[in-house]
Amino acid sequence: MSASTRPAGRAAPVRAIPGFPATLAITLLWLGTIVLIPLAALALRPLELGPAGLLASLADERVLAALRLSFGGALLAALLNLPLGLLLAWAVVRLRFPGRGVLDAALDLPFALPTAVAGIALTAVTAPNGWIGAPLEAIFGWKIAFTRAGVVLALMFVGLPFIVRTVEPVLRDMAAEAEEAAATLGATRAQTVMRVVLPGLLPALLTGFALAFARAVGEYGSVIFIAGNLPMLTEIAPLLIVIRLEQFDYAGAAAVGLAMLILSFVVLLAIELLQRRLRRGRR
Amino acid sequence: MTVEVRDVARRFGGLAALDGVSLSVAEGEFVALLGPSGSGKTTLLRVLAGLEGTDAGSVRIAGREMAGVPARERGIGVVFQHYALFRHMTVFDNVAFGLRVRRQRPSAAEIATRVRRLLELVQVPELERRYPEQISGGQRQRVALARALAIEPRLLLLDEPFGALDALVRKEVRRWLRGLHDSLGITSILVTHDQEEAMEMADRVAVMERGRVVQLDTAAALLREPATAFVAGFVGDAARLPCAVRDGAAHFAPLPIAPVPVALPDGPATAFTRPGEMLAHRGDGEARVRLVRDEVEGPARLVVQAGPAVLDAVAAPGEAFGRGDPCLLSLRGAHVFSAGGARARAG
Repeated sequence: MSASTRPAGRAAPVRAIPGFPATLAITLLWLGTIVLIPLAALALRPLELGPAGLLASLADERVLAALRLSFGGALLAALLNLPLGLLLAWAVVRLRFPGRGVLDAALDLPFALPTAVAGIALTAVTAPNGWIGAPLEAIFGWKIAFTRAGVVLALMFVGLPFIVRTVEPVLRDMAAEAEEAAATLGATRAQTVMRVVLPGLLPALLTGFALAFARAVGEYGSVIFIAGNLPMLTEIAPLLIVIRLEQFDYAGAAAVGLAMLILSFVVLLAIELLQRRLRRGRR
Repeated sequence: MTVEVRDVARRFGGLAALDGVSLSVAEGEFVALLGPSGSGKTTLLRVLAGLEGTDAGSVRIAGREMAGVPARERGIGVVFQHYALFRHMTVFDNVAFGLRVRRQRPSAAEIATRVRRLLELVQVPELERRYPEQISGGQRQRVALARALAIEPRLLLLDEPFGALDALVRKEVRRWLRGLHDSLGITSILVTHDQEEAMEMADRVAVMERGRVVQLDTAAALLREPATAFVAGFVGDAARLPCAVRDGAAHFAPLPIAPVPVALPDGPATAFTRPGEMLAHRGDGEARVRLVRDEVEGPARLVVQAGPAVLDAVAAPGEAFGRGDPCLLSLRGAHVFSAGGARARAG
């Protein structure tokens, strides 16, 4: 459009995506109401304690131990879930065997099951008199229920489907052609997996890892049954928040919540930055 | 490298993708596998590459029996239909892949020198730091070719390599690739369903039908002497006309085409004529000219409605037509196949 046919003033911006202002407004409103305002309240509440009081509330040995267990356990569980989730996704996508449909459906059960039910079931089988717990203790002397191992097991249970379901579509899309090309270029099967298949799956694996980790950090229902909840040993941070709430220490509970929020944000941000590095030059 | 395929069969479930196919390619030759989809040309290429097994028959490459030799030990360059570049690697790393996975891996400096020489050979030296998704289809194809050539294959297999390119680029890339084949002195086998591509690039064209090679010949020979009705119908844009042979002539009734003499026994037959072989003459018949397209050189091209049939024809020398004009049709030549498979040239 030439200058002569248009009156002086700002040119109307041309947008290819329709409804830009409306979608942006709804997004911000939604994000504000259900995410940012509650989080702001969470951030403001502990300030009632004053900076010194906040630090004192968090520097408590029991709080630090609980945070270490929650974050350490969640990271370890997500890490252990990586190879396991990859294997299951591979089985679902590439293998054809009787009962594959049942396996496929069963993978999502941790999504649907009330976490308390999962926790009670896991505790029952891994307890010293349970189906799995009894032989493990008799043969290896291992204890699962009411130990930190039990906490990690429960976190693995709830996190596994996140990894399987994020890797699965990428694996399905990954053309067999790339693997065949690697073979014609002289690569062995192991070289193909290490140099072609795994690097191609890495972004999806990282996303699955982040989701499984995020879910596990906040997990409460399934863990409290299997953990035994011994302060300093098997007590998770979300449980500590509930305990403080029951003692009417709202600011103290919010302080632990704030600490979890910041730590989670740092971990997720780190994963996102790693993702960006991987994605550089792609898409 | 010579390629000898003898009576190879390959079934997928109940479907025979290859049904006793034989093919023989000489050292340094450029052969195209041409056929409609489902004729087994891609399966044959995959068998040669070692990506597909065989149920029967033998494959010898450079005289060596290939049964049981895995793809990675064949040293055959393959350019895949969709290029199959490694998306998480730069162009440089893609081309270097075949050198890096070797048991005796060349030094980093030597790999770099060879990769750059290859990228120069395929005329995209400036792309080495890019990722496959950042370059165009034509550039991807060149990179895929450079990657396949990195292992210094004596045999190059190309699976519909021009499918994703637009028409203009295609023509140019074809000539360039043929030139590259000649200068490298390798043996090349190209899979395509585009007969123009096959005839322009290849020394010989193998026409495939239902899992077999039905004719392996030069482009000129395919047009001059098609071995079967299928070949006659598939190459050269031929029109298929049902006819009946009586007393040494093919009759086309109910089509208003004049009979042509042909040396075949009496009985039903099928004639194939190429576009320039059907002539339209002025005269009162039931055929009507529907469309006229004047050519810069040569006679005008006509579309003629003859009863229910629509036929392509050219104006007979010195005659001009308008839309709706009545006309008579005659054949200057045709390949006629009797129902029994006997073949004769008519006209």
